[in-house]
This record gives sequence, structure tokens and C-alpha cells, in this order.
Amino acid sequence: MPMDSIEVNRIAHLARISVPEEEAQRTALQLESILQLVESLRAVPTEGVETMAHPLDLQQPLREDTVCPEEGREWLMASAPAAAEGLFLVPRVIE
Amino acid sequence: MEIHELSIQGIRQALVSGQYSSHEITGALLQRIAEENPRLNAFVTVTGELALAQAKVADSRRARGEQGPLLGVPVAHKDIFCTRGVRTTCASRMLENFVAPYDATVIRRLQESGMVMLGKLNMDEFAMGSSNETSHFGPVRNPWNPARVPGGSSGGSASALAARLVPAATGTDTGGSIRQPAAFCGVTGLKPTYGRVSRYGMIAFASSLDQGGPMARSAEDCALLMDAMAAHDPLDSTSHAQADGQFYAGLDRSLEGLRVGVPEEFFGEGLDPQVAEAVQSAIRQFEKMGARIRKVHLPNNVHAVSTYYVLAPAEASSNLARFDGVRYTRRASCPRDLTDLYTRSRYEGFGPEVRRRILVGTYVLSAGYYDAYYLQAQKVRSLIREDFRRAFAEVDVIVGPATPTTAFALGDKSNDPVAMYLADIYTIAVNLAGIPAISLPCGFDRSGMPVGMQIMGNYFADEQLLAIAHQYQLQTGWHLRSPGQQGRG
Repeated sequence: MPMDSIEVNRIAHLARISVPEEEAQRTALQLESILQLVESLRAVPTEGVETMAHPLDLQQPLREDTVCPEEGREWLMASAPAAAEGLFLVPRVIE
Repeated sequence: MEIHELSIQGIRQALVSGQYSSHEITGALLQRIAEENPRLNAFVTVTGELALAQAKVADSRRARGEQGPLLGVPVAHKDIFCTRGVRTTCASRMLENFVAPYDATVIRRLQESGMVMLGKLNMDEFAMGSSNETSHFGPVRNPWNPARVPGGSSGGSASALAARLVPAATGTDTGGSIRQPAAFCGVTGLKPTYGRVSRYGMIAFASSLDQGGPMARSAEDCALLMDAMAAHDPLDSTSHAQADGQFYAGLDRSLEGLRVGVPEEFFGEGLDPQVAEAVQSAIRQFEKMGARIRKVHLPNNVHAVSTYYVLAPAEASSNLARFDGVRYTRRASCPRDLTDLYTRSRYEGFGPEVRRRILVGTYVLSAGYYDAYYLQAQKVRSLIREDFRRAFAEVDVIVGPATPTTAFALGDKSNDPVAMYLADIYTIAVNLAGIPAISLPCGFDRSGMPVGMQIMGNYFADEQLLAIAHQYQLQTGWHLRSPGQQGRG
């Protein structure tokens, strides 16, 4: 699977990770080598084989929808990089 | 025997007989960590004061007549398990100042059993790596030879155990992250059946593969830990309803008539002959102990690494989307706008290997590639599970090497991601299927590095694996060797 810096930038945008221009070419090569490793999968005959998403095919367990009071915001938000008055601060989104 | 050389079982006996208090044992281990950790870098955080306080509590609980087998026994945790009030970094710059507002279920259960937390152990960043070189806090060294890697991603756990800094540790295993470092450092580690140990509070890498488990210096000690760790947890929707078991009580079991399968696919090209020799000799030992050996086939194991490197990055790219620089992670300085905040925080916060895997995962899930990569990998995953189903119709357990080589040198594979991925060629299929497997030492190579074997079992055969490993360790002494004894003949 050929990978170039345009493709890398497309993926990087989807993943919301910046890839500086000087790293794009090297990143493309590394991704290409990883995709080469997995390329062999495409030749495995899998017609009629079911997909497996999970080891134990567990049923999704359900529980009563009960109210459980959570601890204070302050404690939960203690690791936030920027917060004020119980809110997370981000750059202005709407002008 | 010095305090730091004691096993969990040994500490338990010393506490029961009154030879030592938990406070004395904890103090001695903290002293040893202070002396030895600077050269090994196995710990990210040492919680000395907290440990001594917990030890005092354990001592008073014992004085009141409590007798739990883990009461007052020290442990250290892989820094992937959230600990309330103690920072949890996942060895990432992204979380270098993150203090979890709650304890992981594994932490809570071990704490309730009276274990004393010595600190948090180094690892590959977000558990992505096989050498412990991707940690933001620097590489961990292998106590058998500091120029070699300890394996990964639970490298801090394995290194600390082998160096006798801790008698017990937790680890997690997504593609071999308990078993490969256990093999590289000559310790014992169990990757339990998926769903037996709660994932609540264990920072997610690839949720359908991640499983926490015990690491120690013997199967017996791992069994004691499993008794406390395994349980159904309503806080983890993938926790199994019958997760708990009788691990320690089940250790006394004969190998007479045990059907042991040996997969030809695990003894082919790429396997170091010295590793092969040590594992073959362990298989002969099982035969001597009454087991019947026969060949089995796992033809799709050849696709395991490829399948994993589609599915694990895909799940990771989704799980790691939560690290956004807004709520609890590091943020890039002076963001222009929200997109700039996200993209630069994630670039600066994640190391190169984590970024690479997120990008691969995003790619295989993106429009136009989903069917060809992701769906196809999920189908091949079915085939890999089917291989095990067929094999376990004929045998009780499967034995093979845990790793193709013994521990490699630092820097050997760190510039070649694909070469690093292939270090997990024997461990990955187990995670894809969700079955349990144990890794334990079975010899040494000519350079004095430990060789690990792996015993794989069917779903919920965890007790059986621990018992087989324990019976082997009753007959052999590989697990008792320590790096300090090297060269003493």
C-alpha cells in the first residue's frame, strides 16, 4: 500500500494528531512498512467466516438504571489543564 | 534468607510466625528499592510513606486476629492501573500529572486483601511496546544484564521482581505484555482468561485483548494473587459472571495422564536453538511427571501478528481519542483554536510509537479501508480461535516457547517497529482467542539470560495452568535463580 505525505496528513487529521512537515515523509515510510506486515492478511481465504469482535461472545449485561451520586466536580476535575467555576476552559469556539 | 529474597509465601510465613512485621518487611524493601532502582528504572513512583502507613494498618489487622494470605505483603503496580491520590502516568507525558479520582478494581481488591503498595512500575507508554523503551520515563534495565531490555510492556514489573525489589506485581497483557517480560527476566506471569480480572480502572489500550494478571517469582505466588484479583465486577461490562476461582487451593494436582500438545508452528524458523532446547527439555520433564505429549497444529498462528497489528491499533485509536488536552491530560501551550489544541496536545503528549499506532488504527478504520483491513482481520481472528478449539479437543494444554529469543539488547529493535512487533510472535494468538497462558522460566542461554516457556490452556483453565506450572516448579529450580547468584556456580 503506497503511502505518501498527503495520505499521512489525511490520517493525521482524522486522528487529530499533528505531523510536522519534516516528519511526514518518515512517518509515511513507517506506516507503509507496518501495512506491508499486515498485507498478507488480505490473501487469507475467509469466505463464510464470521467476524470475531470479542473473545467470549458475552451478552451485554444490563443493570437497573439507578441514580448514584458522584463525588464533587472539584475532585474529578483536579487534573484538568485549565478549569474555572466547574467548567473546562478551551479556546473560543464561537465568535 | 534476606527479607528481599522472600516470596509471597515466605513473607506470609514470616508474618504468621511473627519473625517479621509487615512494617519491617516494607521498610527493608523500600531500602532496597532506593539502592537498586536508580540502575534499573523499574519504578515510576515510589510511595514510601503510604506503604509504611499501610503496613502498620496490616500489622494491626493481624494483631486483631485477621489471617488473609496477602495481609501485609508488599506489592507494586504497573502504572496503567488507576490509583486514587497517587499519580497514574501510563508512562506517558500525556498523563505525567494525572491523579486518578478512583482506584482500579484490581487495586481496590488487593488493597482490601491487605497488600501494601510500594509504588507504581514503569512500562512501555500506554502498554505499546515489547522492550520497555517507549516509556516517557526512560527505559527499564534487565537485572540479568543491564545492557538488555526487560521486555514489555510490563517491563518494570518483571525487572523489579527479578531484582528482588518486590515479591509481587501486577501486569497487563494485550499481546504478550505479561508473558514476554516474565520470560526475559526469569519470573512467572499469568495472562488470565479474558474476563476473569476486571479492567475497570485499567487504562485501555485494546479493549477486546487487554487483560490484567499477576506476576511473581513462582506459580504458587501468582495463584495467591489470583485468588484476590479474579472476580466478577459489575463496573466492567466484559467481566465474566464466573470470574472467581480457587487458584491456590487447586495447585495440588497430578500431571498423570495430562495431554500436552506441542505446536510445530512454534518451533520453526526464527526460534533461537537455545530457547528451543530449553523448552524441549521442559516438555521432557512434563513427560517424566506423567504427561502424554503429542503434536498439535495451529496453522493460523502465522497470521496472528498481522491480525493483531490491525485490530489492536484500531481499538487503540478509538480508546486513545479521550486524551484530548481538555479534561485531564497535558495541554500544548497557547493553542490557536480548538483543533490546534487537540492536534498539538496529542503530538506533544504521545511518544512516536503511540502516535504511529493511532495513525495505523485510524487508517484501517477509515472509509474505503475498513472492509479490507478491519473486517478481514476480525475474520482471521475467528480462524485463530478455531485453531485453538480444534487443538483443545485433543489436548488439555499447549506448551511452547514464550519468545523466539532471550532478551535482546537495548536499542536493538527500537528503530524498526516491525522487527519489534515480531518479538511477540508466540504470545499474540492467545490474546486474540482470549484464552489463558502462563509464562515461566525453564532454563538459561549461554550468555546467562533466562528462557521462558509458555503453557496455554482452554477458556477458564487458569487454575490448571497455575497447577501445572507449580508442579513443574516443585521439580525444577529455574524460578529460584536470581541475578545476584550469577557466576557463583
